[in-house]
Amino acid sequence: MKKRLFLPLAFFVVLAAVLGVGLSLNPREVSSPFIGRPAPAFSLPQLQDPALRLGAGELKGQVWMLNVWASWCAPCREEHPLLVSLAREQAVPIIGLNYKDDPRNAQEWLLRLGDPYKVCVIDRDGRAGIDYGVYGVPETFVIDRAGIVRFKHVGPLTQEVWTREVQPLLQQLRG
Amino acid sequence: MVRALLLAMALTAGAAQAAGPAGDVAADTVLEARVQQLAAELRCLVCQNQSLADSHADLAVQLKGQVREQLRAGRSEQQVIDYMTQRYGDFVLYRPPLKASTLLLWGGPALLLLLGAGSLAWGLRARPRAADLTDAESSRAAALLEP
Repeated sequence: MKKRLFLPLAFFVVLAAVLGVGLSLNPREVSSPFIGRPAPAFSLPQLQDPALRLGAGELKGQVWMLNVWASWCAPCREEHPLLVSLAREQAVPIIGLNYKDDPRNAQEWLLRLGDPYKVCVIDRDGRAGIDYGVYGVPETFVIDRAGIVRFKHVGPLTQEVWTREVQPLLQQLRG
Repeated sequence: MVRALLLAMALTAGAAQAAGPAGDVAADTVLEARVQQLAAELRCLVCQNQSLADSHADLAVQLKGQVREQLRAGRSEQQVIDYMTQRYGDFVLYRPPLKASTLLLWGGPALLLLLGAGSLAWGLRARPRAADLTDAESSRAAALLEP
């Protein structure tokens, strides 16, 4: 009979645990359907020279990182120094996808803050962004030698995410 | 003078521009109804508790444009839904599909109902009923209840 007294307490503990886990999840992080699937194709003009184009297919054979950014995006500014230092260390080739931006603003931003991109392409109308399921810039993808998307991060890339998730993945993909 | 001329030009240009899309919409009310219906089934990724139909976020407007464009090109509702889920996952669907990972979502309410009904039945059975009282107990109860 005594045991039943603890029933509400046990119920509360279970409920609190379940709700606690729920609170710690990030509802904005939508699991990407692209992981393990081929990176969507694109062929877009390059920011530095719009006469030149870059296609996703040309990057096959190497592990690369796609960074979706815009000069109007405040969190992009947050992650920018990390990208610049990664580029300096030549940690991974970073391809920029300048999303729904004015190319002049984008160029000015890169001049002022440093250009971490091996190549940056212009997605003026955001169509390539839709193909990549972009819903909040910045977004970062890691794509392997075969052109398969291996990782996606929504929001600014941080040192922590880089060392904990991206770096080991790059090692594994190159190994 | 020049300014007045420019103003007149701007106004006529504005009017001409406004007439274009409005005419299209009127001619295509059937298509627009389909777009609205489908957009109400799709989630806006930016403001996640709104459907594409309700949202005015930049991306939602653009995706709605995609829905319209694709329906106009003769694609079916299912093809448009596939296009969206390929890019944004099942999360864009306001009605999640029934599969292994969503079993708890769909079955959860029924499970809770069963659990509730079960515990109620169990609790009711454990409770002593009036018929279980001895004669002495019932006369005592009757005496206590007497006003």
